[in-house]
Amino acid sequence: MELPGVILDISSISPLRKPDHDTVYDMLILGGGPAAMSAVVYAARKMINLAVITLDFGGQMNETAEVENYLGFPSIRAGDLVTKFKEHTISFDIPVSMGISITEVKRKENTFEVLLEDGTSFFGHTVVFATGKRHRPLTVPGEKELVGKGVAYCATCDAPLYKDKKVVIVGGGNSAFTTALDLLRLNAEAVVVNFIIGWQADEALQQRVRKFGKVQFLDYHEIVSVEGKDKLETVVIRDRRAGEEKKIDANGLFVEIGLLPNSDPVKKLAGLNKHGEVLVDCYCRTNIPGLFGAGDVTDVPHKQIIISAGEGAKAALSAYDYLIEKSQI
Amino acid sequence: MVVLAEKDREKLIKLFESLLQDVKVVVFTQEFECSFCQTTREILEEVSGLSQKISLEIYDFVKDDVLVKKYGVSRIPATILIGDRDYGIRFYGTPAGYEFTTLIQDIIMISRRDPGMSKEVLYELSKVDQPVHIQVMISPTCPYCAAAVGTVHRFAMANDYITGDMVELAEFPHLAVKYNVQGVPKIIINEKESVTGALPDMDLAKEVLKALGK
Repeated sequence: MELPGVILDISSISPLRKPDHDTVYDMLILGGGPAAMSAVVYAARKMINLAVITLDFGGQMNETAEVENYLGFPSIRAGDLVTKFKEHTISFDIPVSMGISITEVKRKENTFEVLLEDGTSFFGHTVVFATGKRHRPLTVPGEKELVGKGVAYCATCDAPLYKDKKVVIVGGGNSAFTTALDLLRLNAEAVVVNFIIGWQADEALQQRVRKFGKVQFLDYHEIVSVEGKDKLETVVIRDRRAGEEKKIDANGLFVEIGLLPNSDPVKKLAGLNKHGEVLVDCYCRTNIPGLFGAGDVTDVPHKQIIISAGEGAKAALSAYDYLIEKSQI
Repeated sequence: MVVLAEKDREKLIKLFESLLQDVKVVVFTQEFECSFCQTTREILEEVSGLSQKISLEIYDFVKDDVLVKKYGVSRIPATILIGDRDYGIRFYGTPAGYEFTTLIQDIIMISRRDPGMSKEVLYELSKVDQPVHIQVMISPTCPYCAAAVGTVHRFAMANDYITGDMVELAEFPHLAVKYNVQGVPKIIINEKESVTGALPDMDLAKEVLKALGK
């Protein structure tokens, strides 16, 4: 086995200032992915009073091994790109609340109150909501009980445990094929199962995966259930063409069937589309004055790091313009 | 062999200027080193060479049996970080990947002689009055694992009854089988209780107390 080298994340070591619960900030940036971090960079350079509230930094990038489509980096380890983003973000010495979930964003006259899981609140004249997305579960019988016991959502974390083993990967997009690649490199035997006909992943990525011998592709199949006592033993699938069910003995099941937006905190406040994404216009404005959305949590198409970073910048600049218009700075 | 990139060396030299007190790093390897033992030794040799406040002692797992017993070392490569005493902070396996950052965080924490936790969490941990062995099963490519190891090492520093091990599973695959690890980080408390996933300090403190029946 090859070790991944050392990852030195100075930003995780440097002590961060904590935001103040009594201050009304000019801007609160919610989230820690590329959209939020980019928003911080643009807002901080305006020299306004801002704070960040997030569970962690990196967002979905934390669960990716390699990034090959961020401008300026033909290929970079995702962890290294996160570190670069974080170091840039915290270089502005802004206060950051980390590790506590946001439960709700409330509008109170001309300010917003951001409520946290621990019962505390932060206040801001504007909010950039960039809380990203989380893994979509399969919601089939047995899945919940076997999470961490063979059912996995983070290939970067768990793939090394499935060296030389048999795995089922659910999904047909780039995430599913990247997961397949990670596992096939570890000499795992893989079955890739997609609900629809065909495959959505980039052709170049598909070709790389297909070069491996120990991989089987089953499109137009669905997962019926997952079974096992203390660990995953069997994945039951159904051929959607013939209607037949089949059991696959497997050690692991990696679920890569898309994402759900982390929009719950604003669901009573902002307009959402049928997928639960926050509706924004081309200035990243929501239907609530002063509340801006950015990145994967919004209805902006094509969920990509570079697009999220651009949207975060745009949201921060729009929020700044709003503060000027309202004479709040 | 140089393990650290020049830019990382420069960052560490600057970071280590803030070290307050001495930190001793003890590494257990053996005469005929496995590749992981060699990499571990090389990482620690480089890191310890970046500050006069960090000293390094290298021992042989076979020959130095008295010290193996003293530190309770069960496998190699093993890395132990010591300040004014042995807090029970252990890395079993190479502190590479995201765990390298944990290693550096730990060195800084020990140099400050302060686990840097809230009063509330320290109060909960003060209820631990019997030995607790916490093992964090990790993979070096898992960003959440580093957070879990950091928490457990802070716990070990905060309470002398607690020992905290990082266990890199690719180097000790039999432990993945023994503890039925299918996802990481998996935190095992006193061989009997386990949780999967990185928990906030307070939540893990409660899990520890629960394992003790408190």
